[in-house]
Amino acid sequence: MKTTKLMKGAALGALLAASAQVAPALAQDSVYFANNAYRTGPFSGSGIPIGDGMRDYITMINERDGGVNGVKVVYEECETGYDTKKSIECYEQAKSKNTILYSPWSTGATLAAIPRAHIDKIPILSMAYGLSASADGTNFPWVFIPPFTYWDGASLMVKHMAAELGGMDKLKGKKLGLIHLDAPFGKEPIPVLENLAKKYGFELKIYPVAAADMQNQGSLWLSIRRDRPDYLYNQGWGAMNPTAVKEAIKNNFPINKLVGVWWAGGDDDARAGGPEAKGYKSLNLNAAGTNFPVIQDIQKYVVEKGKSLAAKEKVGENLYNRGVYNSMLVVEAMRNAQKLTGKKVINAEDMRRGLESLNITEARLKEIGMEGFATPTTISCTDHSGHSKAYVAEWDGTKWTKPGDWLEPLKDEVRPLIEANAKDYVEKATGWPKRTEPCEKSS
Amino acid sequence: MSDVAARPAPNLLAKGWVKSGLIFIAVVAAAILGAQFDDSGTLYKVFIDPFQQMVQAPDLLAQTIWEGLVSGVLYALIALGFVLIFKASGVFNFAQGIMVVFAALTLVGLYEKGVPAFLAVILTLGVMFVLAVTIERVVLRPLVNQPDIILFMATFGITYFLIGFGEALFGGSPKQMIADQLWLPKGAIDLKLFGGLVSLQKIDIAAAVIASIMIAALAAFFQYTRIGRALRAVADSHKAALSVGISLNQIWVIVWFTAGIVALITGIMWGARSDVSFALEIVALKALPVLILGGFTSIPGAIVGGLIIGIGEKMGEFYWGPLIGGGIESWLAYFIALGFLLFRPQGLFGDKIIERI
Repeated sequence: MKTTKLMKGAALGALLAASAQVAPALAQDSVYFANNAYRTGPFSGSGIPIGDGMRDYITMINERDGGVNGVKVVYEECETGYDTKKSIECYEQAKSKNTILYSPWSTGATLAAIPRAHIDKIPILSMAYGLSASADGTNFPWVFIPPFTYWDGASLMVKHMAAELGGMDKLKGKKLGLIHLDAPFGKEPIPVLENLAKKYGFELKIYPVAAADMQNQGSLWLSIRRDRPDYLYNQGWGAMNPTAVKEAIKNNFPINKLVGVWWAGGDDDARAGGPEAKGYKSLNLNAAGTNFPVIQDIQKYVVEKGKSLAAKEKVGENLYNRGVYNSMLVVEAMRNAQKLTGKKVINAEDMRRGLESLNITEARLKEIGMEGFATPTTISCTDHSGHSKAYVAEWDGTKWTKPGDWLEPLKDEVRPLIEANAKDYVEKATGWPKRTEPCEKSS
Repeated sequence: MSDVAARPAPNLLAKGWVKSGLIFIAVVAAAILGAQFDDSGTLYKVFIDPFQQMVQAPDLLAQTIWEGLVSGVLYALIALGFVLIFKASGVFNFAQGIMVVFAALTLVGLYEKGVPAFLAVILTLGVMFVLAVTIERVVLRPLVNQPDIILFMATFGITYFLIGFGEALFGGSPKQMIADQLWLPKGAIDLKLFGGLVSLQKIDIAAAVIASIMIAALAAFFQYTRIGRALRAVADSHKAALSVGISLNQIWVIVWFTAGIVALITGIMWGARSDVSFALEIVALKALPVLILGGFTSIPGAIVGGLIIGIGEKMGEFYWGPLIGGGIESWLAYFIALGFLLFRPQGLFGDKIIERI
């Protein structure tokens, strides 16, 4: 009896101690930034490297520079397990702690947060994911989707296919297959691909993969064998990607004709295919590797001091660097907001202004140690994406490489669709607030 | 005694089946008549075109059936894990999925620590045995004679414990299954059949063979040994089994350990097809329609159910999927199972439970 009492007491004590530790002490010169993460669940394979990259860049800024212009960034992760329901709890938590920004890290979570954020006045940064139509800043003043949207990605896939075939006119009569996760994220590129298929006369075949069948793609690849598409675009995530790479090899589909969206470009995704995965491609917005001053600073100030959660050899992997890029956007937007408002400690509304006039130039990229790591991006009042360039990365058997140049998406095709779709969204959402936020002059 | 396999199955041919068969034939005949004038009609696409495809490209048909067969055997294996526990403790073991993940991660984790592959398999079996004993001691024993729903909820508890424990031990990053080190074959055998190419993956052949041996061994073990008889007694009534001196605790350890073995094999086979991560947990749920179809208490039901679901969903996805945009296989499995339930509510080989008031 005595021992159980004692144990209960100890457990209670431990609980109290733990809860006391959780509450971060917000000092005067700090801002709070909540980031959704999924280090657990079926998608943790992709979620962990991204979370590590994001966390390490912010830690590096705090350690090396003492924060953004002296303001420490209090970074906290909220675990969602890639579950939209949990992401809403995370949103509410982030709101109650006055986050400067909501970082959903899933398209489902972004869709759920968009209507809330417009009322709560919290900017959403969905970096190269989320609702493509939200690139229309006139209708979505609180949502930002740099450096490009899934629709830009789909247009880049078509462009890549045309480039390999020898011109846009060579697309006629060809077959493009889209393998996609049967979820909001996976379905995003369909309208643009349908549109481009009609315009350029190629045939589009769609192969959805239910989340429950991510590792069970046998019949899908049989259909691919029957239909014989010339190229495959994989809008996949999590365990779906390594399975697709393995199935392509198993089914003798030419691996260099399989192109993943940038989220299908994890090192673990390609590695699953073994040596035969050499030649697998993926669209990309950031460079992989450690050969950049920014990554070396992270190694110096964070990894070597034992302040990172990532294993040493994972630093510099493709998805890790993607996380670094996302955090860079956050920090640069903060700087911009500080400059615009003259305040040091900014709030969510200031942050929105900072994002809306964000202009990351080549010179700025060089200053922050990211020359060649990414391309310049400009966000404006109407264009919340920038529709920036991407490149087609290639797996060489051990790492991702950049064989070609940066490509511009088919902006002229994508932009009218985005505006039409945004108008449609706003009309269907009754009582959607009209934009009242004034436009910023681009900095 | 609920020895189902030995019982003749006259119900299969009972009037309901004949009637529905006739209705089906009539519908097909009417459809053929109605649609033969129109090559693009819906009826044509549903009832004629797929069969024409089958005839025109028999190699693809053979390939589809083969894929279905392999998945079917693998589903049957998972279903067996559920059936054994259901028979012994009357609960649907919600934790089966996470046991697959846990077993596979333990195996790969041990190998990464430098343990030779086959020794790692043996050690993993040891871990699964310890897990079975722990579950029996900590979870099941205190719950003897509690309502089934309490035990069912307890398996939820086991699931969440194993998720947390597994993530703490192994982390959430995906790992590669050590298929080569376990001498699992690679590559494919290409057969020239029906004027086309049917390619049989060696790993699939191995999976089918290993799963079949496992299933046969388990079925024989629980059919013909003393422990098997004791298991069936426990399945009928905990109290009655206890009264004749059967050790409930021992039986529970044995079935949970068996479920652990099944989990390890499932983990190796599915892990080799994709990678080893917590996503493998979902794979176990593919057994649910198999169980609905085959009955929760029948070993032959799990086998036949697995094959019907496996072949049915692949054929459905391949030939009829494109008509409605594809990706139908996950719900088609339930659809097939429910179709059977209309005629046999207790499942294909399930026990008919007659409760008199």
